[in-house]
Amino acid sequence: MSKRIDVKDLNVYYGDFLAVEDVSINIEAKSVTAFIGPSGCGKSTFLRTLNRMHEVIPGARVEGEVLLDGDNLYGPGVDPVTVRSQIGMVFQRPNPFPTMSIRDNVLAGVKLNNKKISKGEADVLVERSLKGANLWNEVKDRLEKPGSGLSGGQQQRLCIARAIAVEPQVILMDEPCSALDPISTLAIEDLINELKDQYTVVIVTHNMQQAARVSDKTAFFNIAGTGKPGKLIEYGDTHTIFSNPVQKATEDYVSGRFG
Amino acid sequence: MTATSLTSTQGAGRAGDKVFSGAALAAGCLILAVLFGVALFLVVQAIPALTAPADKIQGGQGFFAYIWPIVIGTLIAAVIALVIATPIAIGVALFISHFAPRGLASGLGYVVDLLAAIPSVVYGAWGAAFLAKEISPAYGWLAANMGWLPIFEGPASTTGKTILTAGIVLAVMVLPIITSLSREIFLQTPKLHEEAALALGATRWEMIKMAVLPFARPGIISAVMLGLGRALGETMAVALVLSSGALTASLIQSGNQTIAAEIALNFPEASGIKVSTLIAAGLVLFIITLAVNMIARWVITRHKEFSGAN
Amino acid sequence: MTSTLTPVRSKRSALTKGQLPKYAPYAVLGAALIAGAAIMALIGFNPFGWGVVSAILFAIGLVSWSAAVEGSRKAKDKLATCLVVGSFLVALLPLVSVIWTVLVNGIPGLLDPGFLTTSMNGVTGAFDNKSVESGAPVVGGIYHAILGTVQITLLATVISVPVGLLTAIYLVEYGQNGRLARAITFFVDVMTGIPSIVAGLFAAAFFFAVVGPGTKTGAVAAVALSVLMIPVVVRSSEEMLKIVPNELREAAYALGVRKWRTILKVVIPTAISGIASGVTLAIARVIGETAPILVTAGFATSINSNVFGGWMASLPTFIYTQILNPTSPSNPDPSSQRAWGAALVLIILVMVLNLVARLIARIFAPKTGR
Repeated sequence: MSKRIDVKDLNVYYGDFLAVEDVSINIEAKSVTAFIGPSGCGKSTFLRTLNRMHEVIPGARVEGEVLLDGDNLYGPGVDPVTVRSQIGMVFQRPNPFPTMSIRDNVLAGVKLNNKKISKGEADVLVERSLKGANLWNEVKDRLEKPGSGLSGGQQQRLCIARAIAVEPQVILMDEPCSALDPISTLAIEDLINELKDQYTVVIVTHNMQQAARVSDKTAFFNIAGTGKPGKLIEYGDTHTIFSNPVQKATEDYVSGRFG
Repeated sequence: MTATSLTSTQGAGRAGDKVFSGAALAAGCLILAVLFGVALFLVVQAIPALTAPADKIQGGQGFFAYIWPIVIGTLIAAVIALVIATPIAIGVALFISHFAPRGLASGLGYVVDLLAAIPSVVYGAWGAAFLAKEISPAYGWLAANMGWLPIFEGPASTTGKTILTAGIVLAVMVLPIITSLSREIFLQTPKLHEEAALALGATRWEMIKMAVLPFARPGIISAVMLGLGRALGETMAVALVLSSGALTASLIQSGNQTIAAEIALNFPEASGIKVSTLIAAGLVLFIITLAVNMIARWVITRHKEFSGAN
Repeated sequence: MTSTLTPVRSKRSALTKGQLPKYAPYAVLGAALIAGAAIMALIGFNPFGWGVVSAILFAIGLVSWSAAVEGSRKAKDKLATCLVVGSFLVALLPLVSVIWTVLVNGIPGLLDPGFLTTSMNGVTGAFDNKSVESGAPVVGGIYHAILGTVQITLLATVISVPVGLLTAIYLVEYGQNGRLARAITFFVDVMTGIPSIVAGLFAAAFFFAVVGPGTKTGAVAAVALSVLMIPVVVRSSEEMLKIVPNELREAAYALGVRKWRTILKVVIPTAISGIASGVTLAIARVIGETAPILVTAGFATSINSNVFGGWMASLPTFIYTQILNPTSPSNPDPSSQRAWGAALVLIILVMVLNLVARLIARIFAPKTGR
């Protein structure tokens, strides 16, 4: 249940402004890939094009291809909504739906789409998703309580459970730990290690140690200056990127000389 | 497994997006259509009166001669209301925003908003049954002592049902509008400016004069204009309180009339050309209040960038 | 070594000289009240006049004393304080007076048997004359008016809420500052300024043209009230929808949920308490409108349950007609009593609606309990 992503010559525009230039990258199935780079280099923008979330902003468009196991996400007749049900996303700030209980939050992807599912199936799905997010033991006795009553780290794991419940192929994570404390961060990193057995995970992070701990491969993005487009500078095994990078810019970044 | 998976769209869902956004758009356009329709229908129904020969209109002198005294009367009542209400409203707004104990402030605001919740017909009934009686001795005094002024020319009305009384009732109704808008503005004065004034050793009043009032001026102007719009269009306060008649300069005699009251008093029993005349009068009122409200909105949007609240 | 502490009181610090003593305002107040009473005794005592005269004397006294001791700047400050507090008290006067008048005159009306359950059907001037002469209880009630108000307001709400809410949804979710959205926003603002009688004339003119001249039913009144309600619903719903954080919408989109389902099942439920409270306030605003109903639904004396047929009474028009055209012109008091009773009922209704609006806002807000 997970697919590979192949990106070919992707350019991302906001109106006429070129935000990310000419990215080509191949992401293996059932792996964890990290995108690193300084602020404003386009890594989040690029991440959002992988599930067509950038289209929520008016005027945003792409040129190029993003292939999910060979299917072009931007092909003619492709519905962004279908794309997003296969490629899920977890955001920087935990955002459980405040009007729904924990249980309903997990089931949101199913319920909001009016898919009919029996109570038995729903219970199984809730338990499976919460266990998959390492949250089951902490909330199993209060599934009917509101989702916003949890701590920050728990809320984020709830959002991950919610994303898993839709049974996607790929999970995108946009700086999922930057709003959390170190203990919760560790819990999420352990979770990511388990998730990769079943899903393809792409994570944007500005914490290089996190990228080193968590990912199999790392992509380094950089930007030449304000007003210029972001670019993919180097992509390779995490170990190589951090100890023996090819590009000088990569080495400068990972050794802390800038960013 | 996947050749069709991305392109197989959930048909009903996609149509749902179009239906829903279409409905929302239609609702928005309906509002524009309604407003356009108000103007159109009023004009259509008013045309017979506007084009009829002069002797068919009430008063026998044609529509213009019929309407202009009533327009003047409307303006007189509104001006009286604003002259009375504006200083008091600004004082109340200042009281709530800068003078009252902090804990009481929101409660006091609520009390003033209670004034706005009372229906206009109740104000009219109060004006007719209570205020008119209580104030008519004052009118007698004014006629006796200041009757040389045209506005206080005697003999004073014994029932108290004059345009001045109606203007006072209008002032009470308009007060909460000006107060709540002014209060919002006063509360938004940047604390930086207030503290700068106080740090210079200014008294509270000097700080208000230096920091609060200049900042609030466009907002106050806009609030007053919105109050003016309300006073021009108010019906019940006048219809129940004013003993109407021809245009007179004296504020303490019965006489004068406003457009809204004229329509309310005559429309139920009207037929034929009279209906058209009244609708034409309503059209005149609509245009006047439209102009006032548009100017008020324009004033406040123009000054938003310069408000310094950023 | 003993250090002697100089008592603070005996030393006049450079910061405290030149000020009025702390008891000054109370002393002046007392003097003003006494002097005011003396003056009123000369020209004829009434409490209102006493209050006014004392207030003026207080202001003059305090400000001049302050000017003499503290200087003109502080005197001006005190004058400003007097004026500001005074204006607040002046603003309270009509509020207290209106509520007092309604209570004093309305409660007897309410207490009359059958006031809330009968209509004015068949009540003529003769009945009123008899009530005054023989001291019998006043006949006639407001049941037809209450029923009419409920029907007309309900129909107006049914028309206004979908249109207003959908427009607000368009402005917030789809319009995004396009030209159409800005035009709609501007004209909604303009609509809030339409005089209520013009709204009534429009509805009347519309139905005259479409259905036939002289059409006057409860439905026409409901249309007139909708013209007044819609802008209020649009404004408050728009505010509430804007408050919903964008992250919630993005979370739903990222789960593969369509936009319209996101709006219906995520955005609106999150904003629902504010929207419901706004609608309740809009109802409270139009329920007391007289002029539009007067020119569209006429005024009936008997019960009418059909919003689409014939003249219909309402609480505000009932009050209006009972005061202007008493049932018995020679004995207007029973009509006046009925009118004030109706006014009391109307005010209670408006206050209850305002309270309900606050309760809704509090109870239905998204909970954050643990």
